[in-house]
Amino acid sequence: MSEAPHVEVKGLTVTARNAAGEIFPIVSGIDFALQRGEVLALIGESGSGKTTIALTLLGHARPGATIAGGSIRVGERDLTKLDRSALAQLRGNRIAYIAQSAASAFNPSRTIMDQVIEPALIHDLMPRAQAETKAVELFRALALPFPDTIGARYPHQLSGGQLQRLMAAMALITDPELVILDEPTTALDVTTQIEVLRAFKAVVLERGATAIYVSHDLAVVAQMADQIVVLSQGRIREAGAAAQILHAPADDYTKTLMAAARPAIRPAPEKIALPAAPLLEIRGLTAGYGKIGKDGRPRIPVLRDINLTIERGATLGVIGESGSGKSTIARVIAGLLPPASGQVLLDGEALPPGLQGRSRDQFRRVQLVFQNADTALNPAHSVGRILARPLAFYHGLKGNAARMRVLELLDLIRLPATLIDRPIGGLSGGQKQRINLARALAADPQLILCDEVTSALDTVVGAAILELMAELRRELGIATMFISHDISTVRAICDDILVLYSGTMVETGPRAAFGVAPFHPYTDLLIGSVPEMRAGWLEESHAGAAPPPIGETGDHPDLCRFQPRCAARVDGLCNTTPPPRRPLAKGSQILCHHGDESLCPL
Amino acid sequence: MGNAFQRAKALPLSGKVGLALVIFWLAVALFGPMLAPYPVGAFVAYDVFDAQSAKHWLGSDYLGRDVLSRLLSGARYTVGLAAAAALLASTTGTALALTAAVGGSKVDEPLSRFMDMLISIPSKIFSLVLVAAFGSSLGLLLLIAAFTYVPGNYRIARALAVNLAQMDYVQVARARGEGRFHIAIAEILPNMIHPLLADFGLRFVFIVLLLSGLSFLGLGVQPPDADLGSLVRENISGLGEGALAILAPAVAIATLTVGVNLLIDAIGFSGKGKGR
Ligand SMILES: Nc1ncnc2c1ncn2[C@@H]1O[C@H](COP(=O)(O)OP(=O)(O)OP(=O)(O)O)[C@@H](O)[C@H]1O
Ligand code: SF4
Ligand SMILES: [Mg+2]
Repeated sequence: MSEAPHVEVKGLTVTARNAAGEIFPIVSGIDFALQRGEVLALIGESGSGKTTIALTLLGHARPGATIAGGSIRVGERDLTKLDRSALAQLRGNRIAYIAQSAASAFNPSRTIMDQVIEPALIHDLMPRAQAETKAVELFRALALPFPDTIGARYPHQLSGGQLQRLMAAMALITDPELVILDEPTTALDVTTQIEVLRAFKAVVLERGATAIYVSHDLAVVAQMADQIVVLSQGRIREAGAAAQILHAPADDYTKTLMAAARPAIRPAPEKIALPAAPLLEIRGLTAGYGKIGKDGRPRIPVLRDINLTIERGATLGVIGESGSGKSTIARVIAGLLPPASGQVLLDGEALPPGLQGRSRDQFRRVQLVFQNADTALNPAHSVGRILARPLAFYHGLKGNAARMRVLELLDLIRLPATLIDRPIGGLSGGQKQRINLARALAADPQLILCDEVTSALDTVVGAAILELMAELRRELGIATMFISHDISTVRAICDDILVLYSGTMVETGPRAAFGVAPFHPYTDLLIGSVPEMRAGWLEESHAGAAPPPIGETGDHPDLCRFQPRCAARVDGLCNTTPPPRRPLAKGSQILCHHGDESLCPL
Repeated sequence: MGNAFQRAKALPLSGKVGLALVIFWLAVALFGPMLAPYPVGAFVAYDVFDAQSAKHWLGSDYLGRDVLSRLLSGARYTVGLAAAAALLASTTGTALALTAAVGGSKVDEPLSRFMDMLISIPSKIFSLVLVAAFGSSLGLLLLIAAFTYVPGNYRIARALAVNLAQMDYVQVARARGEGRFHIAIAEILPNMIHPLLADFGLRFVFIVLLLSGLSFLGLGVQPPDADLGSLVRENISGLGEGALAILAPAVAIATLTVGVNLLIDAIGFSGKGKGR
């Protein structure tokens, strides 16, 4: 330890100018140091200055911001003292940066190989042939499929997780001494995240690169970091060894972060005596996009044979990875997408398939809350106008009565009344999401379809929204369909859960059934991919293990869609015969050839 | 009002210049005839193509009339006619575009094909034919100018509206059961105002040039009235002498169109800068 640290940041301050032209600090008084080969994690909510600090390690500040003070030493060099050309020599060469969204970082019109080896060629480090060989080695180390030929593909032919790994290959091709990873897995599904994390850990750690890992997710960081720095509002709240921060956090803010990361399990409300028909029932639903063909299937089929019920006041969680059709279910119920076949019943009464023919009262009873509050609220309207519209439309409330009700709604969602005349643009993400929710509540609905309402929010803000929703549900008795890709959230707040894979229901059941094995192989993968907040989990987790070899797959349309990724698949059965729907003893129903006895109780 | 003033202050220099020119020409259009020292048609100078003098600030024209007076009276035709025609073209084009955006492909397809057809008609020839057929009148000029620029505005407005119609907040409104009219007017239109304003300015400039062109050919505003284009034409014989009588209206057309252009560029820029 007598050796001088490899990277040392002292008294770093970055300032920016606000609209009125005053200079204010974005981050200030930042100190940390790390030894060669160590990984340091910067953790905090959005706006806490994580990326700002990460960028200074490239000697860069965003437009409008300046590095106003302090020193940033990497190896022998102090980055604050270098000029432009010296910095350009370092970037992408000795210091590499892996950004959050690889999909937007790649140029769609050039092959992967060209882009991956570009840093090596720009800095004249090696001839092209050697760079290509090296790239293929990296592809292999990053566990990419077809490492020898993947370089010839174009970005649109690859998935988000693969692009993220290729981005790492691009960063590592120059053998950098410092790698900066800025939320590299945030945009990915858990099942992809675990693969990417494994690959990162293998390459970054085993090559002994020094790394700075920026994230808002403590559990992810627990897998990678030796040291953790907790940031809030541009200042360091707590810094120390990973084990200490994770197991004995000293700072209150760190404790809040830890609590928010693991939502508390809420007790299910008492079941009341139910009237005959459930509030919402879906029978034999098939839906998709594009024209409906002669065989009754749409051109791009998405949902297949969906059956579900939601009781009055109950919460149904719908979970699955991106593209599995979760939002499509909500769109069908709301009438935005007429189904190809099947029925949606509200209170035992069939709803017209599309928007046409639905009565205003039917519209009122089902409200849709979109995933992204930034786009779900009209930027040209004020908060008051947005909330007043459903009041006027469904309840005929006008003038003062409407204003009183809007104020009541703002109070209900814990926002100050002064927001009423504000335009939407100036609100924070959490505030917008509350308005988004309040607009649905203004209709006085029986069922709210919540599409990933917390996904775009920071954990702490998201936890507050969940808390609010649980409260509203208790007070107002509104049923909810809660769509999410995060199984821990769904397990914490929903009464029943439906797991969707590629448009088919692979497992459904009450929440209790999702706490005990055995699970459907896909549910098992989902649950097993959620990082745990302890070091070493990544190595122990069996999730994402390679599936056993299997013969040719038949062309029956109802074959198990999970089969290509399934670790429990059976040759001669899963690839030839459609799986049956069968009950498990714990109370759930699965779509699989395996049953209680043959699913390994993991 | 204070708001408008603040926004004017926030404009870049080019925008301020544009704004000043636009305000100047609006004032001339409104009050010009009142300020004119002589009646429009009066022969007041002893000489034709006089240079400027204390009595005739911009000299005299080919018949010995006061150029300043004719300019002050003529600006009204150019500015007024162009503004009215641009307004008519923009409202018609935008209304049709919104109809197409919320009406689905059954409305959108035929309407868009029809507009594509109109846009392929050359505007000068089209105007010449109509003027030749019906004779020139202010009303006809207004209609021609407006009609010529409806398809261009439609295209831009439709592209904007179709994109906005895909936005989540429009989907929310549809799922709420809102009618098409409400969706078009309350949800979509407010978010396209900024680019539409810029487009309005552009159409205005095009129409000024079209009308000036027609007048120059003798098909526009008819004597003894004159818009800026006819002023240039009637004094064409003074071109050799570099007479003020021809320079002044030419400069007037230039400053009017350049001013409007500078202003809309600046507005478009600050609109983008505010971000969405
Ligand atoms: N308008 C559309 N036209 C064609 N295909 C579409 C359309 N909208 C969605 N899809 C496809 O339907 C499938 C399901 O999409 P959906 O939005 O329901 O997924 P999701 O589960 O909500 O995903 P995410 O978690 O990313 O929101 C995807 O494969 C998607 O590409
Ligand atoms: S049916 Fe076969 S392939 Fe599908 S989930 Fe079950 S075991 Fe896996
Ligand atoms: Mg979705």
